[in-house]
Formats: sequence, structure tokens, C-alpha cells
Amino acid sequence: MADDNIVLEAKNITKQFPGVLANDHVNFDLRKGEIHALLGENGAGKTTLMNILYGLHKPDSGEVFVNGKSIVIHSPKDSIQAGIGMVHQHFMLIPVFSVAENVMLGDETTHLGMLDIRAVSQRLQELSKQYGLEVDPSAVVGQLSVGAQQRVEIVKTLYRNASILILDEPTAVLTPQETDDLFRIMRQLTGRGVSIIFITHKLKEVLAVADRITTMRAGKVVGTVQPKETNEAKLASMMVGREVILTVQKEAAHPKEEVLRVEDLHVLDDRDLEVVNGVSFEVHAGEILGIAGVQGNGQTQLAEALTGLRPTKKGKVIIAGKDLSGKPPRPIIETGLAHIPEDRQRHGLVLSYTVADNMVLCNYYLPPFARWGVIQQEKVDENARKLIKDYDVRTPSPYVPTSKLSGGNQQKVIVARELSRDVKLVIASQPTRGLDVGSIEYIHKEIVIMRDRGVGVLLISAELDEIMSLSDRIAVMYRGQIVVVVDARQADREQLGLWMAGAHVEAV
Amino acid sequence: MQRPDEQGFFKNLQRWLEPLLVPVLAILTAVILGGIIVKVVNGDPIAAYRGLIQGAFGSPRALSETAVWATPYIFAGLAVAFAFKGGLFNIGAEGQIALGAVFAALIGYALPGWLHTSLPAYIHIPLAVGMGMLAGAIWGGIPGALKAYTGGHEVINTIMMNYIALNLTSFLLNGPMRDPDPTDLSARTPEIAPSARIPPLFNIPGMRVHWGFVLALVVAVIIWWLLWKTTLGFEIRTVGANPDAAKYAGINVKRTIIITMAISGALAGLAGAIEVTALNYRHELGFSTGYGFDAIAIALLGKTNPYGVILAALLFGAMRNGATRMQFLTQIPTDIISVIQALILLFVAADAIIRFIYRIRAHEERVVLTRGWGG
Repeated sequence: MADDNIVLEAKNITKQFPGVLANDHVNFDLRKGEIHALLGENGAGKTTLMNILYGLHKPDSGEVFVNGKSIVIHSPKDSIQAGIGMVHQHFMLIPVFSVAENVMLGDETTHLGMLDIRAVSQRLQELSKQYGLEVDPSAVVGQLSVGAQQRVEIVKTLYRNASILILDEPTAVLTPQETDDLFRIMRQLTGRGVSIIFITHKLKEVLAVADRITTMRAGKVVGTVQPKETNEAKLASMMVGREVILTVQKEAAHPKEEVLRVEDLHVLDDRDLEVVNGVSFEVHAGEILGIAGVQGNGQTQLAEALTGLRPTKKGKVIIAGKDLSGKPPRPIIETGLAHIPEDRQRHGLVLSYTVADNMVLCNYYLPPFARWGVIQQEKVDENARKLIKDYDVRTPSPYVPTSKLSGGNQQKVIVARELSRDVKLVIASQPTRGLDVGSIEYIHKEIVIMRDRGVGVLLISAELDEIMSLSDRIAVMYRGQIVVVVDARQADREQLGLWMAGAHVEAV
Repeated sequence: MQRPDEQGFFKNLQRWLEPLLVPVLAILTAVILGGIIVKVVNGDPIAAYRGLIQGAFGSPRALSETAVWATPYIFAGLAVAFAFKGGLFNIGAEGQIALGAVFAALIGYALPGWLHTSLPAYIHIPLAVGMGMLAGAIWGGIPGALKAYTGGHEVINTIMMNYIALNLTSFLLNGPMRDPDPTDLSARTPEIAPSARIPPLFNIPGMRVHWGFVLALVVAVIIWWLLWKTTLGFEIRTVGANPDAAKYAGINVKRTIIITMAISGALAGLAGAIEVTALNYRHELGFSTGYGFDAIAIALLGKTNPYGVILAALLFGAMRNGATRMQFLTQIPTDIISVIQALILLFVAADAIIRFIYRIRAHEERVVLTRGWGG
């Protein structure tokens, strides 16, 4: 090999799945001690490439070299042997086991036929000292924060002597603070000779942490660049293949009458802890109120309570002048609520249903879709064809199961269904989480269109950028309370971040 | 963007045949294995199967008996399949059938006496059958309500309801409802009044096939229509496929669970009521042993589709009916049929085996049989 520094190289990898060419002659290399970001939209082929490197898929053609030697990877066992470790987006940990037990799982250290937890714990402590990763070997994994669980996953690969780390969308589940911690850990690891492949579709993160950036689109490598010679707009257009407007274009809001009024709302979570304690605010027609906050400060339960999915303990919810406190979803929907739920696959869709059926999920029982309790299939189909066209949902037909659609198109099915109804209030929870740049741009545009049409919008998002670019007013939620509401035009990113972290609010 | 039915005849045919593939191969494999078992015990598998087919289809009378056997299987299979569609596992069909039979019999023999008048058939039959359905609906609805309001799992509760139903039946048939005729030594009800009897299809002695069989086919079509064409069906299927999304969509999940179990119970009750009013003209202890459990196999073999249930019920009816002839001709015990039925169920439930043997690619969509405890 020409370059001694290259620890991993994929050459001319091609992988065909039924109907899609997931990898088309892909070349990719990784140098010792670097963070090489792999950027691309959902379905661009990033995950396929990584699964090939990790031995989960077999390439149709192409070669993989580790430290200059061609190797054949049949299974994850071979790749672990070659020093490749992977941290999946969804953690592969057993919550009731301790850190040490999780780490040794599949590679148990034994002494006289007994598990040797002590030896493992000792080795873990050495590793955490060596790489600057804090982990407590005796802690039970289920009680750790998401960020700490991710550290356990990383330590697990290091324990198996991995020198090449693949991190698949590692920041998708993290808070901004945890993300900063992760980046610090990644730099410490590369400083000690570990090489990292960082898979993501978040442009800011790539620019913040990567040494090199390779972009993929539709199964092909578009190009490899250095962070200093590029910017967000350039990366976005590489990813999407066209110019992308990253900032949301909107006129000043013209707020009118009140459409949502929340008074002293208290809500319990599943463990009966009061996670929303005394929230009051109002949303007017024709404005977007954004609720900023680190994930887990009660926003999820607030949205569920407002939409009738969760009972309220105390307080009032008034929508369009109607007191709907503690009512189930149907009367709330009928009053004029559109709800884009946080967990789209759990609440927003029936994945086994066709696109057409999902598009009438909330109004299947109303005319023209039903008459005398009988579903009028031709009206349902007509509605689906119209919405697919109007909202640009990419689906082969209205009759495929929604599970076959990409995440972005699944979300578009929900957006189309909810925003096409005659509503007064939109509650959008994390409307673009996990979506690609193109879909985010589209959904943002639709939300602004709703606002301009005179609908009130409550936007709940953990992405501060999203809140700042869409909202007319911003409320910051911290530990179950709205600590401050500010005009978005006067909002300062740094100040919002401090409030989100719990800083005391001075008079604004 | 085309409707599936615009894509040409063969594509359409393929779409209809594809779901049949695994059940048909499961039956084939079970029949082959059953043949091997017959061979191992020194029987002649060819002769055995010939006897089976003769007994099931060999004459108009054989066909009539197959239909007689299939009738309760269709009703009970629909009951279990219907609950599956709503994400619920009704193991209680056995008890619901028993109560359906008891109450249809009660109305059948006692109502004219209570009213001191004879009733026309067009009133008496619907009352007797309707009472059987109502009993089944209540017996199915109770575990439904327990599931909806307390989270108690319907699998446990329907099994418990079976014990209550079967012992209650035993009490009634040995006590208050026992035939008062001192020469009658069995634990059974008196015969129902002629006005409560559903007539046979043909007026030929020995041809027992009755209008209940036709009713079973009609009910299957109604259930299909209910599930796929009505808003109630949409609600039931949505709750079955994703209860969280159902709640989000404004569907009353608790109410839907209770309705699903009540309809399921009513269908099982109908199985019992028709056996009483169209075939036996009384209820006798131990007549239905196993219908409710075979119904689970039939619902699974029929892929929880009402039309699939008809086919599966006809198959099970044919096997049960042909078994006697097979035993008579070849001395191979009828129990081999139970073995084959068990193998079919095994292969359908664990369809990975069939897919592996015949190299069929897995289908992504799965039937949601039941969810975790208290889900």
C-alpha cells in the first residue's frame, strides 16, 4: 500500500439489494488516528457500507483491506478479529446487567469455570484510565444515562482490542451536552491511536469534529473534503444533489386570536413522577411558539397531555375557546387539532397498513370516507392520490404497506394527513428528528405555510436550530416548567442554551 | 400508481395464491410425515389415505357429513380468527361454544312452556340461536372487559372462563336442565321443540347437512365485510396492529377490545347454538370437546382470513369425517388424524420450518397473535 497510515480501505465495493443498488463501486479509506465522517441522507448507502465492513452483509464485489492486507469478512467475528468495533445507533446492551457483565458478554472471562468479574472490572478500569472514558464497571446499565450507555458500548469495543471504531449515528440519541462529551471522547481516542468512522447526517457535527468528510448519495461516493474547505451549504448540496435552503424563509408573523391556552398544567409520567409542574402559556392563530429544552424536561409528557394521549393531574387545556382538559384524543382532534407525534412509528402510523389507510387514520369514520359505518374505499384512495401528489410522498403506489417507505416519507405521510385537515392548531413534536436534509426543508416549509394560513403552531423540538429558525416566540422548558418566553427575533443562542441548562433567568 | 387489480390477471392470481403457499405446503408435509408414521407402524399409507378421501368425499353422503363436521369448525374458527385480527387471543372458544349450546337448548325446549304457547319457527329459531350468541358474547366480553380495564391478559382469563363454563354446563345438565324423562340416563337436556329446529338442506334420509352450514358460509362473508369494509372493522384492525396509533387516532381502545371479544364470543356461541338447533336437537355433556381448541388451529391455518378459515375448516371436517372410514378399511386408528392435524398446526405456527424446507423467502408482514402480559 502506498500510504502506511491507511488502516482500513474499502475498494470498489458494490452491493445490490432487490430493487436498489445500495453501494455502487464505493471507495473509502481511513487513516490512523483520524475521524473520518461519512455523510449522507437516509438510504444513501452509509449503513450498507458499514455493515459490509462489520461483516453483517457480504459485498457482491470489491475488496476490504485492513493495515494493507486484503481480508475477507464473513461475520462480525472476523471484523472484531481484525480490530474493527461498531457502536450501533440502537444500543446492544442488556439493561439489567452490570457494565462489566455487558462488556464481557459473548467473550466471557472465566476462572475455574466461573465468571471472573473482578478481572474484567480491573481491565475496564485500566481502559477507562488509558482512554479517558469514565465508566463504573459495577453500575447497572439500565440506570445509566444514554450518554453513559454509549460510553459502555465504546468501552466494549476497546475491550475487544478494537483500533478502528464505527459510530453509527451516535448523536441521534444524545443531548447537546452529551454530544459535546462524545466529541471530547472521540478526540481523546484518536489521540491515542484509535481511528474512527463517524456516520451522521448532521452537518454541524461533521464540521465540528471530523478530519475528513466523505459524502455519499444514492449508493455512490460524491466526494471527500476537508472541513476547512467546505461549509454547511456546500455539504448539504453534496448530500442532496441540489441547492438546499438551510434557513427557513418566512415573513413576520401576524398573530390573531388565541387558539391554545394552557393554565397551570401538571402531568405525571409513567413512573408517576410529576414531570410537568405548573405550565401555563398560550398560542395564537398565525404564530409559531417553539418550546426549546433538553430532551427529558417534560416536553414529551406535555405534548401527550395536550393531545389527550396522557391524563392530566391538574390544570386546564383550552383549545379554540373550548375547555378540553382531560379529554381523550377524539374530541380534541374534532375541535381542530393536528398532531405530528414525537414517535412516528409508535403513534403516528400503523406500519402494516397501506399509505392510503394511514392517510385517513384520524378521519376514517367521517364523510366522505365513511357512510353509515361503511368505509368508502374509492374516496380513501382518491384522498391518498391527492395527498401523495400535493405533499410529494415518494411511494410506488398508495397501496404499499407504509413500513416499506423511508423514514422521511413515512413522516410526510403523517404531515400530509395532519396538515391537510381543516385545523386550528398544530402540535408538532420533534417533527424532523432523524430525517434527511431534503425532508427537513420540506416539513419546515409546510409548517410555515400553516402559520401563514392563520393556524396556531406549537413546535416542540430538542434541536435548538430548528426552534430558532421556525419560531416566532420561544419558550424554554426546564425541569417541567416554562422558565422563560422570549421573542424569537431577540433570542440569543448562547442565552437560550444557558436557560436550557437551568441557568437562572434574570428579568427579560 | 395502479390498483393491484389493474396489473393483469397473472399478477392478480399470484397475489391470491401467495398467501396459500405456506398452508398448502404445511398440509402436504404433514400428510407425507403422517404417511411415514403409518408405514412405521406397519400400515399401508396409500390405502389409509384412500380410505380417508373415500370417507370424506366418496359419496354424496360422505360430502354431507364433511359439511356437518365443518360447520362448527367454521363458526369457531371465525371466532378465534376475528379476535386475532383485533390483537387478542381467544382461547375461550370452548367455553363460549358450551354456553351457546346450553342457552340455545334452554330456549329451544323451555320457551314454549314458559309462554304456554307454541311458537312459529321463524321466531323460535332466531330466539334460540340469538340466545346462544348472547351467552357466547357475554362469556367472551368478560375477559375483554378485564383486559381493557385491568390489563388482565385475555389468554389467562379465557382459559379460566373455560373452566367456569364447562363446570357450569356440567352442573346444569346434571341438575336443573336435565331431561326429566326417567329412562334417559345421560346428562343431557330434553329435546328442543320442533319449532326451534333448523331443517336439513335436503329431505333425504341420511343426508344430515343442514342450513347451518349455509349460514356458516354467509357469516364468514359478513365477518370479512365487517373487518375490511366498515369503520368498526378499521377500528378493530387498528387496535390489533398498533394500539398506540389507535389511541392517537381517537379510537376508544378499551371499548374496541370489549367489542372484539364479544363478537368473537358470539361467533363461538353460534357454533354451539347451531349444533343444538340444527343437528343434535339437544345439548349433551361432552359433545363439543375440542372444537374450541381445533378452532385455534383452523384460524392459524386459515391465516386469520375468513375465507381461509372456511377452507381450513372444510379440511379439518373432511379429515375428522374420513377418519372413521379409514379406520374401518385399514384398521389404522383415527388418532393418526390428530397427529396430522397437530403437524399441520406445528408447521403453520412455526412456518420458518416450511420456508426452510421449500426455500421460500420470508414475508415481512406477520400476524400479531398476542402481545406481552398486560400489554
